[in-house]
Order: sequence, then structure tokens, then C-alpha cells
Amino acid sequence: MLLIRKKVLDSMLSHCLDGYPFEACGLLAGTAPDPGTAEATSCHPALNIAASARVYEVEPKGLLVADRAAEAAGGQIVGVYHSHTHTDAAPSPTDVAQAPDPEWHYVLVSLRDVHPSVRSWRIRGGKTEEEPVVLQW
Amino acid sequence: MPVDVRLPTILRPSAGGRGTVTAEGATVGEVFEDLIRQHPALRDQLFTPDGSVHRHLTIFLNDDDIRYLGKLDTKVGETDTVTLMPAVAGG
Repeated sequence: MLLIRKKVLDSMLSHCLDGYPFEACGLLAGTAPDPGTAEATSCHPALNIAASARVYEVEPKGLLVADRAAEAAGGQIVGVYHSHTHTDAAPSPTDVAQAPDPEWHYVLVSLRDVHPSVRSWRIRGGKTEEEPVVLQW
Repeated sequence: MPVDVRLPTILRPSAGGRGTVTAEGATVGEVFEDLIRQHPALRDQLFTPDGSVHRHLTIFLNDDDIRYLGKLDTKVGETDTVTLMPAVAGG
């Protein structure tokens, strides 16, 4: 389950919309009270160095900066988000093949329709499992 | 000289579960050699069979990506920190 603060959701959606027509990407930081749950308390938009509507790659320096900020705040990176500009908010085969950490939560934002949709996934051993997203006001 | 090496969560199980370990060397490459001496399970996670660093890893010396410094020959000092980061990418 991914618990996400409203300010984090706002930042993430704004970044994804601003990044159109390219895929946007960034890190989510917070705490992981148990292996199945993360609370995302901060959003760290990153540069998509692939500058593409089909793929993304987080600028490594952006990941370093986000990781340090998360640690300074007493937390950790708990996941990554990226947008799909013309497809559903579900992991692509590339997302599954390149998922860097089985403990992370993988948030997809679809911009296919007028209203963006947000879904979160766990990706382990080449398998995906959708998880609930709970908005925290 | 000993330097701190910060590991991403995906590598920590191969290093006793620790996020930061200490290793010795005058260059990043020597630090990695010592790191692997201490934690042999890291070898295959850091290097390909031909001895190259896996392309899905980015190595920072403090704030700088070593690809833009001297790569594995980059010199390290006692107050330096080497940080390993996974490539985060998809489609």
C-alpha cells in the first residue's frame, strides 16, 4: 500500500503535466513502516535525460540529491514515479525489466485522458502487483 | 586510506545489510577491490565478467559522477564518500 500526502500528489501530477509531451519522472521519499507499506512524504522531480515520450531515465545526480535529502529528513527513497503519455498507468515490459529495487513502489501516471490517472505497483522478479494508493490530506 | 562507501538498498544484503561500509584504497578502483575482499558477493553486482562496472550503476565521488573524472582511476581522499546509485529507468 502506498500512502501519499496531498502535496506530494500535487507536485507529482504537476511535474508530469509540465513534462508533456515527454515522459516525466521523479523520486518519492518517506518512510516504509513495513515491507508492504510506504508513506510518501516528499516528491523529488527529476530530469528525464532520455527526453522521450516512450522511455525515461532519471538523471543520476537527481537521484543522489533526492537520496541525500531523504536521509537528512530521516527517511529514504521509497519509490519512483513516471508518466505514460498515451497509455494506461500500468508498468510496460521495459518498466518491469529495468525495475531497480524490489522494495520500491512504482507509481505510474497516465496522461492519456483529460484527467490523469495514478496507480501504484510492486515489481519483483519480473512480476507486477498493483497496490492500493491512499491519499493523506 | 579508509573512505565511506554508501550502498543502495538493492546491494545492502550483500554487505551485511549495511547502508554505509568502509573500504580502503587510493583510487575508486582500489576501494572497490577492498570492498569486494570484504564482501565477495558484491563482485557480480558491481562488475561484469569482463571487469567493467555494470552500466546500471552510477558511481559518485562526493557530488561528482566518476565517469566525468578519472573513472575507476579517480583518486580518493580520507574525507571523501563514494556513493553507488542504481540506474532508474523504464518506458
